Amino acid sequence: MRTISRWFQRNLIRIYAVLAFTYLFIPVAYTFAFSFNDGGKSNLIWKGFTLSNWQNPCGAPEVCTALGNSLKIGFLATTIATILGTMIAFAIGRHKFRGRSATNLLIFLPMATPEIVLGASLLSLFLVFKINPGFWPTVIAHVMFCISFVVVTVKARIASLDPRLEQAAMDLYANERETFRRVTLPLVAPGIAGAALLAFSLSFDDFIITNFNSGTMVTFPKFVYVSATRGIPPQANVIGSSMFILAITIVALGQFVGRKRKVS
Amino acid sequence: MADVSTSTRGDLRLLNLTKTYGDFNAVNDLSLTIPEGSFFALLGPSGCGKTTTLRMIAGLEEPTTGSISLGTTDITYTKPYQRPINTVFQNYALFPHLTIFENIAFGLRRRGIKDVDDAVNKALALVELPHLAQRKPTQLSGGQQQRIALARAIVNRPALLLLDEPLGALDLKLRRQMQIELKWIQKEVGITFVHVTHDQEEAMTMADTIAVMNEGEIEQMGSPADLYDNPKTAFVANFLGQSNLIKGSVTGNDGANQIVDLFGQKISLQKDRSHGVDSSIYAGIRPEKFRISRLETATSGNTLTGGKVEDVSYIGVSTQYQVMMPWGQELMVFEQNDDGVAPFSVGESVNISWEPIFTFGLRGDEDAEAGTEVNPEEDPDEE
Amino acid sequence: MKKISTPYLLLLPGMGFLFTFFILPILNLAQTSTQTPIAGGDTGQYEQTLRFKNYVDAFVENKEQFGRSFLYAFLATALALAIAYPLAYAIAFKSGKLKNLLLVLVVAPFFTSFLLRTIAWKQILGEQGFVVPTLRSLHLISESTTLTSSAFAVVAGMTYNFLPFMTLPLYASIDRIDPRTLEASGDLYANGFTTFRKVTFPLSLPGVVAGTLLTFIPAAGDYVNAAILGSPQTKMIGNVIDSRFFKIVDYPTASALSFTLMAAILILVTVYIRKAGTEELV
Repeated sequence: MRTISRWFQRNLIRIYAVLAFTYLFIPVAYTFAFSFNDGGKSNLIWKGFTLSNWQNPCGAPEVCTALGNSLKIGFLATTIATILGTMIAFAIGRHKFRGRSATNLLIFLPMATPEIVLGASLLSLFLVFKINPGFWPTVIAHVMFCISFVVVTVKARIASLDPRLEQAAMDLYANERETFRRVTLPLVAPGIAGAALLAFSLSFDDFIITNFNSGTMVTFPKFVYVSATRGIPPQANVIGSSMFILAITIVALGQFVGRKRKVS
Repeated sequence: MADVSTSTRGDLRLLNLTKTYGDFNAVNDLSLTIPEGSFFALLGPSGCGKTTTLRMIAGLEEPTTGSISLGTTDITYTKPYQRPINTVFQNYALFPHLTIFENIAFGLRRRGIKDVDDAVNKALALVELPHLAQRKPTQLSGGQQQRIALARAIVNRPALLLLDEPLGALDLKLRRQMQIELKWIQKEVGITFVHVTHDQEEAMTMADTIAVMNEGEIEQMGSPADLYDNPKTAFVANFLGQSNLIKGSVTGNDGANQIVDLFGQKISLQKDRSHGVDSSIYAGIRPEKFRISRLETATSGNTLTGGKVEDVSYIGVSTQYQVMMPWGQELMVFEQNDDGVAPFSVGESVNISWEPIFTFGLRGDEDAEAGTEVNPEEDPDEE
Repeated sequence: MKKISTPYLLLLPGMGFLFTFFILPILNLAQTSTQTPIAGGDTGQYEQTLRFKNYVDAFVENKEQFGRSFLYAFLATALALAIAYPLAYAIAFKSGKLKNLLLVLVVAPFFTSFLLRTIAWKQILGEQGFVVPTLRSLHLISESTTLTSSAFAVVAGMTYNFLPFMTLPLYASIDRIDPRTLEASGDLYANGFTTFRKVTFPLSLPGVVAGTLLTFIPAAGDYVNAAILGSPQTKMIGNVIDSRFFKIVDYPTASALSFTLMAAILILVTVYIRKAGTEELV
C-alpha cells in the first residue's frame, strides 16, 4: 500500500501532465470523431459511422471554396511576410543603426495589440480609400500581423549563429556575398522555415482580423463561424482533422530527418 | 572570386601596430618580424592582446594605426579573403552544415579550383583522418575537429598559418600529443606558423621563437632557452616558469661580474646577464638551480645562509621547499629526488647555494609580482 | 565590412509595409473616433468634429462590458497559468526523451481550426454532449443548469484556447533553470513546496510574465468565445466593437471603444511589467 502511494507521489506531476494533455485533445478527438458522423448537415447528434464525408470532403457547399481561399491567402501572406520579415530580422540582428530600438518597438506593437483593434483599424483605413474588403485586403491584413512573428523567430536564429563561422569563411577566401550565400543563409534557413510555418498557421487559423477585412469572401474559419448557427457540415470536421494530421506529419517528418542526420 | 596571390610570401612584419577600443589600448605600438618558415608563438596571459594581434594579421580586425606586411606586400587593409593567410580558430569553427570533405574543400573552391579531390585527400591523410570525409562536424570528437580545422587551413598552402589557442579545449594527454604532431606538421609542410597561447609550456615545447606579450606590448622575444635562462623583465621571469627575485644593490665589480649585496649577503652576477640600469637591482634565480644543504655542509658558488625550512612538498620527481630567509622573504627551492638523500624537514636551518652563471639581474624598479597571477580559464569571447 | 546603407535598405520594404498597414490605420482609427454622424446624412457618413466626448459616452455606455472583458481575461489568464505551469514543469523536467514530442503535442491542437475546437466545446458542454447528462445523473448539478451560454463556458473556452500561449513561454523559462539549483535548495533544508516558492517560481518569472501577457492581451479583446459559448449577458467589449462596425454602423463609437481598449491594455501591461521587473520581452 505504501509503495503505491509513494509511486503516486513521485509521479504526481506526470499523471497531471497526462490529464492535461487529455484535456487539450478532447475537442480535437471530438472533431475527429464527428467527422465520421452520418449526421447530414447539422452534425450535432451522433447518427452513425460513415466514411462518406472523408470520401467526399467537398460535398457541402462552399466548404472547399472557403478552404481554397484560406490556402491561397495563407501561401501568399506567408511568402510576403517571410521575405519582408527576414529582411528586417537581418537588419536588426546584424547591424547597429540609429533607430534600432524604435524599430524593435514597432515590431513588437502588432503582437501586443488586440486582434480586434488590428482588424478594425485596417478596415477603417480601407474604407477611407474606398477599397472594399475582400481577398486582397485580407492578404494585406495577414501579412501585417505575421511580419512581427517572422522577425522574432528569424532574429532568434540569427542571434544563435556563431559569428566565427562567417569569419572562418572569409578567412577561407569567401567574400561577403559568398559568405552569406554559402554559410549564413544555410545556417539561418531552419529559422526561416520555422517562421514560415508559424506564419502559415497563424494565417490559416485567423478569424477576427479576417472577419473585418474579407467582406463577402469566405475563409475556412469564417465558414465555420457563419455555419455555426445553422449547423456545421461534417466535411468541415474532415478538413479540420486533415489539417491536424498534415501538420503533425510535417513536424514528425522534420524531427525524423533531423535525427537521421545526427546518427549518420 | 577572391583575389588571392598565393605567391605573396616572405617574412611577416608588424610595424607600430596599435588597436584601440575607446580609450583602451588592446595592442600598443607593437613591432615584430616573424621569419618565413618558422614556428612562432605569441605567449601571454588572458587579455594581453595576443588574439587581437592575430586577428589583425588575419584581417578580421582593422588596426587603428600601424602596418602589416608580408614580404614586400603591404596587407594592412586587405580583406581577409584576399590574404594568403588562414586561421585555425579556437573553437574550430567548422561549418556544421557541410561534410568534412566540403569543409576542407571550402577554401579551394572559393579560389576557383575545380578539381579538389587530390588536395583534400592529401590533407586528410596528413592529419590521419581519411575515413571521416563524409561525416558532419557534430559527429566528431574535439580532437578530431581540431585536426580537421587544421587540415582545412593547411590545404590552401597559405603563406602564413595562424593558430588561436587551438589546443585549449583538449584534455591534457591529447594536448601533449597534438603539440608534437603540430610541430611535426609544420616541419613537413614548411609554412610559417603563428601560434597564440597562454600556456607557457606549450609555447616552449613547440615554438622556435616566442614573443611574450603583456598589456598590448611585447615584453621580450627570443628562443625558449633565451627567454627562460635570461629573462629581461620580472613579467617574463615569473610568467615563464617560476623565479626567485631578491632585492639588492650593486656594490662593486669583479672582472666580468658584478658584486651584488642582498640584505647583507654578497653574491656575484655576470655583467652580460644583468639588465639593471643603476645600482638598484633584483637578483633572479630559478628554483631548480638552488641547492639546499645543511649548515655544516660546504658550499660552492653563490651562497645565502640563515634559511629555515617552512614547507616541504614531495612531488615524486622533485621535492619543493619554501625556505624563509633572515630578511623575511620565502625562497622556492626545487630539488630533484635523484640521490636517495632524505628530504629536509620543516624547521631545519639550511644554506642555499647555486652556480653564479645562473643568476640574472632585473631592473630595481620592476614589479616583482608581475606575471605571477594564476591564469584562469581563458574566456574565448574576451580580447 | 558592410556598407552603412544596407540596414536601411533591408528595413525599407518591411517597415514601410508595417507603417502603411499598421501605424496609418491606427492613426486613422484615432481620427475616426472623434467624428460625429453628419446630420441628415446616410449611415456611415461622418464629419470630423474632434468630439472627444465620444470616448466618455462610449465608455459609460459600455462600462459593464469593459469590466466583464477584463474580468474574464483575468480569470482565463489565472486559470491558464494554474493549468499550464505544472504542465510546463513536467515537460521541462520530467519528460526525458519525449520532450520535443510533448512540445509539439502542446501546440498540435492549434492546427485544428480554433473555431472548430470552440464549437466542439459548445457541443460537448451542451445538452447533446456527454458532460451535462453525466453530471446531472450524478446529481452534481441540477436539472435546470446548463453549462453553455454561460460565463463559465466563456472563461473555460478562453482558458482552453490560450493555453499554448501560456505553456510555451513558461516552458522556455522553466527549462533554463539549472536542476542543480533545485537540488541545492533541498540540500539546504527546503522541502518541495518551499523550493518551489523560493527557487523555482522566482527563476521562472520571465516566462510567467511573458505567458500572462501573451494570454491576457488577446483575451481581453476576444469576442469569438463569448459569441459561441456565451449569451447576451456575457457580452465582452470585443462583441460590442464588432457589432458597432457591422450591425449598428457607428464607426466613431467603435473606434473610440477600440482605442480605449488598447489604452487600458497598454496601461495595465506597463504597470505589470514595471512591477515584474523584466525588460526584454522580444
